[in-house]
Amino acid sequence: MFLAFQGAIAQGILWGVMVLGVYITFRLLDIADLTVDGSFALGGCTCAVLIVETGIDPWLGLLAGLLVGVLAGAVTGLLHTVFDIPAILAGILTQIGLWSINLRIMGKANVPLLRNHTIFSDFAGVTGLGVNVATIIIGLLLTVALIGALYWFFGTEIGSALRATGNNEDMVRALGVDTRITKLLALMVSNGLVGLSGALVCQSQKYADVGMGTGAIIVGLAAIVIGEVLGRVMPGHLRSFSSRLIAAVVGSIMYFLIRAIVLQMGLDPNDMKLLSAIIVALALAVPVVMERAAARRSFSKGGEA
Amino acid sequence: MLTLSNISKTFNKGTVTEKVALNGLNLHLAPGDFVTVIGGNGAGKSTMLNSIAGVFPVDAGRITLDGVDITRLSEPKRAQYLGRVFQDPMRGTAADMQIDENMALAARRGQRRTLRWGITAAERELFADKLKMLGLGLETRLSDKVGLLSGGQRQALTLLMASLKKPDLLLLDEHTAALDPKTAAKVLELTTEIVEEDHLTTLMVTHNMHDAIRLGNRLIMMCDGRVIYDVSGEEKAHLHRADLMAKFEEAGEDMSSDRMLLG
Repeated sequence: MFLAFQGAIAQGILWGVMVLGVYITFRLLDIADLTVDGSFALGGCTCAVLIVETGIDPWLGLLAGLLVGVLAGAVTGLLHTVFDIPAILAGILTQIGLWSINLRIMGKANVPLLRNHTIFSDFAGVTGLGVNVATIIIGLLLTVALIGALYWFFGTEIGSALRATGNNEDMVRALGVDTRITKLLALMVSNGLVGLSGALVCQSQKYADVGMGTGAIIVGLAAIVIGEVLGRVMPGHLRSFSSRLIAAVVGSIMYFLIRAIVLQMGLDPNDMKLLSAIIVALALAVPVVMERAAARRSFSKGGEA
Repeated sequence: MLTLSNISKTFNKGTVTEKVALNGLNLHLAPGDFVTVIGGNGAGKSTMLNSIAGVFPVDAGRITLDGVDITRLSEPKRAQYLGRVFQDPMRGTAADMQIDENMALAARRGQRRTLRWGITAAERELFADKLKMLGLGLETRLSDKVGLLSGGQRQALTLLMASLKKPDLLLLDEHTAALDPKTAAKVLELTTEIVEEDHLTTLMVTHNMHDAIRLGNRLIMMCDGRVIYDVSGEEKAHLHRADLMAKFEEAGEDMSSDRMLLG
């Protein structure tokens, strides 16, 4: 039981890297980027094949996962910005295409890493820690570094223009920034993180599977929403940018903990995706319903006055 | 300064909703001109401003600014020359970003964005000074999200942002039309202050004839996609609403169906 929770936390942190990527598109750019399901698996599959076939250093495997993720983001970005294909559709196109590409890369539906080194097994070997603890430590260090890097990037001139693009495209263009470029860049950064996360998860679970990214976008959205709900009940409401990034990762950890708990309680693992979908749908629907209710209440008040 | 020669623009060409918005428009602005633009709905006022800003390509004609042909430049490329304030206060600022972040974006208008930090400490001080000029108390709220401001405050901020990096040409597209009369007056006052201080060449579209006569050194009236009346200097100073009304009627504008403010 304890081990299961340790594993859930480890998974939550590694998937948290993907959630950071989804946060960029969903919250900063205001796009639901469905590339994610494909680019997550792409990162994992590429990393696994490179490690198994060429025996490269597992850290380079992570880098490869990141780079192919960036490429996948670029494809969606170009479809969206150059050819004006709606973002959701552009993402779906890339995602579907990546399914075949991932199968091509692996040559089969999954690649096990049974006897290969991973960054986690290496670290566990050196330190003598359990694999879960080693995963949590490396994952946390990596996540802190990534959040730091994102905080820096989104504070730069380019990063600020990127954040503004999700807010008000008209304004950004009027201030001399080509929003096609900022969107393309955001999709590349986002999917780079997603690909990296796929590579991390592949090394942690010691296999890559063509279906490993299926539903990843829903996990990402659910984690963001959980993180935001947690942020809202915290003092200060966690409004700063860095705390919102941290909340996204914490949301991911919470998601996998909740998942571990309901699985312990006897939920069929296959029902987990339904549960995730319901969580996200509720989280998106509740604020709308509440706003409408508030509008109705204020109307009757006005009438009486 | 700005020269529009023979600009034509037709929307939805070849469809039932085809609309000729600009029809061989010619206009020349001298440096420092503050031109107010009036005209009925569909006269082409906003289309003219959007053509200058490059929101869409024109069908024919040539736009030059300070001798540079900008006719085929993209909207972001032209931004280096232009300060713009839109009618909708929400369109000029990014709601989820702080006041100082918005200003920092505007301070870099037309410049290459780099990986340098998006805002410097020196800029923050400068922004606070500039905000003080507005007299809205925003100088103490630099890190507030712009979404917390009222429409009038946002429009005043947009105006400030448009002039933060001195534009060759300031385009104001009915920038007070969405504000209540008191706020509108305040924003207009601010407009003249900024335009005069920086000697900005300005094109201001308005629906308010009184403002059009009162402000600026030159007034143009548009109808059916071209300029039908162009008055400046002494003649403009002595202009009356009745004169404009007469011009409108001459041009066959139906005043009753128009949202022209007669105040």
